[in-house]
Amino acid sequence: MSLIEATSLTRRFGDVVAVDDVSFQVREGEVVGLLGANGAGKTTTMRMLLGLIAPSSGSARIGGRSVLEVDRRVMGYVPQGLGLYPELSVVENLEFAAAAFGVDMPSLDAEGLADVASRRVGELPLGLRRRVAFAAARAHHPKVLILDEPTSGVGPLGRVRLWDMIHSTAEDGVGILVSTHHMDEAEECDRVILMAFGRVVAAGTVSDIVGSATSVQIEGRVSTELADSIRRAGGNLLVDRAAWRVVGLGIEQVSSMVDSEARVRVVPATFEETFVSWSL
Amino acid sequence: MSWGLSSVRVVFGDTVALDGVSLDVGPGETAVVVGGDGAGKTTLSRTLAGLEEVAEGNVRRPDRTGYQPESSGVWNDLTVMENLEFVAGAYQVEAARASGRIDQLLEVTDLGPASDRLGRHLSGGMRQKLGVAMALLSDPELLVLDEPSTGLDPLSRVELWSFIGLAAREGRAVVVTTAYVDEAARAEKVLVLDDGYVLASGSVDHVLSALPGVVYESDHPVGARSWRRGPTWRVWSPDASLPSGVTATVTDLADVVTVAALARETGG
Repeated sequence: MSLIEATSLTRRFGDVVAVDDVSFQVREGEVVGLLGANGAGKTTTMRMLLGLIAPSSGSARIGGRSVLEVDRRVMGYVPQGLGLYPELSVVENLEFAAAAFGVDMPSLDAEGLADVASRRVGELPLGLRRRVAFAAARAHHPKVLILDEPTSGVGPLGRVRLWDMIHSTAEDGVGILVSTHHMDEAEECDRVILMAFGRVVAAGTVSDIVGSATSVQIEGRVSTELADSIRRAGGNLLVDRAAWRVVGLGIEQVSSMVDSEARVRVVPATFEETFVSWSL
Repeated sequence: MSWGLSSVRVVFGDTVALDGVSLDVGPGETAVVVGGDGAGKTTLSRTLAGLEEVAEGNVRRPDRTGYQPESSGVWNDLTVMENLEFVAGAYQVEAARASGRIDQLLEVTDLGPASDRLGRHLSGGMRQKLGVAMALLSDPELLVLDEPSTGLDPLSRVELWSFIGLAAREGRAVVVTTAYVDEAARAEKVLVLDDGYVLASGSVDHVLSALPGVVYESDHPVGARSWRRGPTWRVWSPDASLPSGVTATVTDLADVVTVAALARETGG
């Protein structure tokens, strides 16, 4: 069953079309990633799905009903700013969230928060604060979770833990939409929706999206002059420890700029490179 | 000549911020320091920049060190051009040379069209690129960038890293801190910090090969030494034993960092 359903969602701000004819679904138990550069329309899309702003046209449905009519208890949301009270303790924050929805307190043990129960949220490291926000958003057992960059600024192990919680929540049948700026996190998602300039430009699994896309690799030194020519021609230069890679230009174009053609070859594109080529 | 830290210990009151940390970066090399909140990334950057005293060990830094603080170092009330001119003045870069250098940095960062824009009106990506450009003005031998990519969208990150890569190719030693393991793949060297301790360090290949034991994939969790990666679990086997019929999986930096953190946590 489709828990989140965006159909031709469009939102204009004056003359600017921030979200342009966006359609996708998130089904039960699915983790769907929403990716895009700043200004691509991710946050506006999420805000329409949450019923925080109205679409100019199109519809946002949650559990089969219009988001404007749906019982708010069906949805959980973790904003980028977390929405916690820094002056309150972990327990107090969770009690407040539970009371607001009229449900029982979540188990601190199950959330891995027992050790920090009485600490003020404002004093906790970011990774733990994000765990508290995640627990607060799920206190009322929502069917749909919307997470806006849930792991931003969290260290490697904290990130593994948060993703573990995201996956086990999905296994309970919750549909999860998560925005991220990190390509390796896209691989944690069952499917990914790539947005650029307000539109969905690609959707599917990471390997679907990369498909047979290619980049051009340059071996050896890249001078400032070569970097400038690549940029002026509309290409994007990516640094890799072994070599430089160019997105947005063909092999003939890059060959004509380097001193020796032997240094240039076509290689399979990475997901990040595919993302860049869609966003240019 | 290479720059860096040797067995450095930095203490703030009762708190040990860095404990026995060593890092070595040569000209043209980039080292990425990976760690979470509170790992010691900012203390390490400040120590390399000569802004913290060390309780033990020593710091090897050149006279010309460029440092970009976590806040980007951009002045909100100055324009892009004024920010660059101010830094050039502070470093007493000769006027004719400063203007040529500023033009070149504006070109490489694509900030030229925004040169009259106030610092406060820059996007996150532009702000960080300006911060790096400011740190590069004095033509430093060692460039230290503290979390330049935090909060940037993927496109801005790619541009920033391309700029950092070019700075290294000019023969500078570059140290970049980040919370993101995938950024280490863009560098020659990696140092993983956790709570002031080094979890792993060396060339990327060395760090990958130095993993104790093996990691294998499983369709279910296997105790405290397993974690999820996408649809399956990864399991760390410290003594390299494998369940029958299972082969070890090819590990990447994210696995190595997770294993190092688990090893420290479980005392294994």
